[in-house]
Amino acid sequence: MSAQVPIAAYLILAAILFSIGVAAFLIKRNLITVFMSIELMLNAVNLTFVAFSHMWHQVSGQIFVFFVMVVAAAEAAVGLAIIIAIFRTRQTLNVDQIDLMKS
Amino acid sequence: MQLALFIIFGALAVAGALNLLLQRHPINSALSLVVVMMSLAVLYWSLGAEFLAAAQVIVYSGAIMVFFVFVIMLLNAGEEERTTGSRAAYIVGFPGAAAIFCLLTFVFLSERHALGTTNIGGYLNHITSNISEISTILFTKLLLPFEVTSILILVAILGAVVLARKEQ
Repeated sequence: MSAQVPIAAYLILAAILFSIGVAAFLIKRNLITVFMSIELMLNAVNLTFVAFSHMWHQVSGQIFVFFVMVVAAAEAAVGLAIIIAIFRTRQTLNVDQIDLMKS
Repeated sequence: MQLALFIIFGALAVAGALNLLLQRHPINSALSLVVVMMSLAVLYWSLGAEFLAAAQVIVYSGAIMVFFVFVIMLLNAGEEERTTGSRAAYIVGFPGAAAIFCLLTFVFLSERHALGTTNIGGYLNHITSNISEISTILFTKLLLPFEVTSILILVAILGAVVLARKEQ
């Protein structure tokens, strides 16, 4: 019998990944990297869904993850198209210089 | 074996995520995000979600990350430069992320006895596979949401084409 891993360990791993995603979202200055940290946060939440689905012995959590993946794919397509449009008009990817709505 | 898998690939995922945070060039961040997604696929498999492990590799690290790398190459994105905004983000970002992490970890650790432990491969060690169980629910009970997601994908494709098109 091998050593077993508590569910809480998976959830804490997901919490670590989510916090790193939040930190990257706030700190990174490149628009594409900010978008990638959103994907990291989505992945961390998916890990909690799978862990809870394992805990409750139901596949509903895995179906949630499936829908999250579909929505993430759609979101990546639209978001990267928006990034291309922004780069075409403003010639920059730095989030500090994309502040048209600020002033 | 489960413990070994968890430690190796959990450490790999955290290392990849930290590398994403620390690298300055977007292409390095993208490749370390691929590492995170591949190790998460192994963790899904160890939790008994074989279908999601395959979908993670194909959809996330296959399709989405290739798309990211294409856009980085297309826009010729270079290293990010430090600005005043980034210094303010450092001051706010690290404590904020640490606070979220502490809150979540406190909740999970205080409930760890109720959460229980895992066993490798999940509960599905009998004949029905994970994929057949998911597809049974997806094509009977959740058929309408499943079809609606296809419309969502179609709208996203059209939106991406319209947004990325060159103005005449």
